[in-house]
Amino acid sequence: MSTGPAARGQGRTAAAYLAPALLVLGALLVYPVYQLVVISFYDYGQEQVSGGAPLVFLGLGNYTALLASARFWAVLGQTVGFAAVCVLGTLAVGAALAVLATRVRPWARTTLFLAALGAWATPAVAGSTIWLFLFDANLGLVNSVLGLDGFSWTYGKWSAFGLVAAEVVWCSFPFVMITLYAGIRAIPTEVLEAATLDGASAWRTARSVVVPLLRPLLIVVTIQSVIWDFKVFTQVYVMTNGGGIAGRNLVLNVFAYQQAFAASEYGLGAAIGVVTTVVLLVVTVFYLRALKRSGEVL
Amino acid sequence: MRVARLSAALAALALAGCAPVQSGPATPQGDERSGQLRVWLFDEVNRGAKETVITQAVAEFQGGHPGVTVDVQYIQVQSRAERFKAAFSDRKSAPDVAEFGNTDLAGYVAAGGFADLGTQVAGWADGKDIVPGIQDTAKVDGKTYGIPWYVGVRALYYRTDVFTELGLQPPSTLDELASLARRVRAAKPELLGISVGGKYVYGALPFVWANGGDIAEGKGGKYTGAVGSPAAKAGVAAYTELLRDDICPPAQCAGNGGDASVENFRAGKAAMTIGGDFNRKSIDASAAAGKYAVVPLPGKTPGSIAPAFAGGNLLGVLSGTERRTLATEFVQLLAGKQYQRKMYDAMGNLPTFADVQRQVADADPFLKPFTATLANGTRFVPVTPAWAKIDAQAVLPTMLQEIASGAKDVDTATRTAAEAMDAAFGS
Repeated sequence: MSTGPAARGQGRTAAAYLAPALLVLGALLVYPVYQLVVISFYDYGQEQVSGGAPLVFLGLGNYTALLASARFWAVLGQTVGFAAVCVLGTLAVGAALAVLATRVRPWARTTLFLAALGAWATPAVAGSTIWLFLFDANLGLVNSVLGLDGFSWTYGKWSAFGLVAAEVVWCSFPFVMITLYAGIRAIPTEVLEAATLDGASAWRTARSVVVPLLRPLLIVVTIQSVIWDFKVFTQVYVMTNGGGIAGRNLVLNVFAYQQAFAASEYGLGAAIGVVTTVVLLVVTVFYLRALKRSGEVL
Repeated sequence: MRVARLSAALAALALAGCAPVQSGPATPQGDERSGQLRVWLFDEVNRGAKETVITQAVAEFQGGHPGVTVDVQYIQVQSRAERFKAAFSDRKSAPDVAEFGNTDLAGYVAAGGFADLGTQVAGWADGKDIVPGIQDTAKVDGKTYGIPWYVGVRALYYRTDVFTELGLQPPSTLDELASLARRVRAAKPELLGISVGGKYVYGALPFVWANGGDIAEGKGGKYTGAVGSPAAKAGVAAYTELLRDDICPPAQCAGNGGDASVENFRAGKAAMTIGGDFNRKSIDASAAAGKYAVVPLPGKTPGSIAPAFAGGNLLGVLSGTERRTLATEFVQLLAGKQYQRKMYDAMGNLPTFADVQRQVADADPFLKPFTATLANGTRFVPVTPAWAKIDAQAVLPTMLQEIASGAKDVDTATRTAAEAMDAAFGS
């Protein structure tokens, strides 16, 4: 790289163009994250916020307390498992319906899209509440159809997790479906024709032509889904009434809210927030590296 | 190079002591005798009735204080924590007078939110008639931070038609309760023997207290979790025995708090429940109307009463107020005998003055079991800011639910809960 005056002038121009975006990013992202990290080093409760007690610098105290808690690790494990199931379910349902949408008549496709958009547009709290009504032990439609009168879906740990996961998949598959549908439609027909002429079966075409062409989109929807499903709050909070019986359906975000923010332990809550961010960054970086190793140009 | 310089700059910034923000301590802002007095009261399901009484009080107060206007805002009980936190953090958005739950008091006082009203209550004509046990719920470390506006206690509601049909009598001791409830459900499987819940802490506490236990013990202002003591464990075991398939199946009951527990009774799906005097109006407008009676929740020996939790709301003056005298006078008017009586007539809220309690109980026999429970002596949760934390972290509901769902036995669950409480008390 040359470091002549011309290049320096170019750099300055580039910086000037970038400045507004950087300013916005700095104000909206860097500063809050910085505050989050700073708060996580303090014993920062309501007494400290309103000036009733002095600030105490704990250093990594909040983190060691958190990492030493068996409950935290149990919740973290639950969160990872729950998010994995939700991501796989969302991708499977979204991809299957995207393929279906390319194969059916326009009216059926329009119906499918309208239904999906309806699910997508439903606010999380409303969607969760409606699902609770449907699965109500005594008055729910599902139980009366299945003849399971009196069976409580939200009592058992696994049935409660299953119900919430189904709701999460329901409200997040439309994004995957529509993105992948657009991706499939953007594949030039010549490519598919060439594959057919070469005698490739439908399965072979899908595996060797369609999926590689869709890969950039698949990366985006997977990372999006991982981030969304790892951070899920509303569905778990509403449907399991704040974490299920004896907290056995807690996920990380609900745990952070209950143990830290509702209890005015903002320092501890900030520490949980930092840990969540780090976990998500690590997952994303590993995923991107794995893709890079498999030969994908990013 | 550039990266190194950047990280050095960041490190310097971090070391420069950019500590999290703190608002300044609340200092009294003078004492103006005119202008607007801002009041926060809780919104209610039947707010119209409350508002009518409040409007009268406001008119009377403004009539006696020319140049003063009273602005009343009704805030949601659900979001009270956020509202009060915001008010303590930003004095400009804070009211002068507020209604608040007595279990929240210790946390609010630790946050520096409320003013000491000790001298005002001591020098107040009505003050000497406040029931001492109830006045204690407004005290932290011996200082008084509010005037009890009304009190709520719970007793045992039962279905008279079911009991008559099965030839049963209401229980005379706490230990009889489980077998009685079991008999009802055996005879009538569509009914819950008694509707209780895994999140119904105020329903469970009387069992602990009646057995001679407590949830925490305070020594020299320092609390420790006591729920693992033999007496407390006996109480926890007696309560969780009700959360079994042959009385109140965990799949239906473990997730219930107080409201949901009473709701089953309202729907006609339970033979008994633990409900408050404040539940009466809603039960009278339900399937159980006219078919129920109330007795005090019995204690260990026949004829005794299990100590009840003294819930209720206080009226207090915020420490950052600019109109302290006016605020105190308004609290004394609204929490005084005259308006407590009016609030009882409008809302059914139990007054906190011994003589007013007697008056209303004489006029309405329904209140007898509740006033008898009050007269027997009430108990309270630990008065420490840590209680708000223990409450938010759902320590006791988790304990009850762990036992009810069979995830842990009584010994393990109570020990875990005591440890969680110690952690909160210690921090």
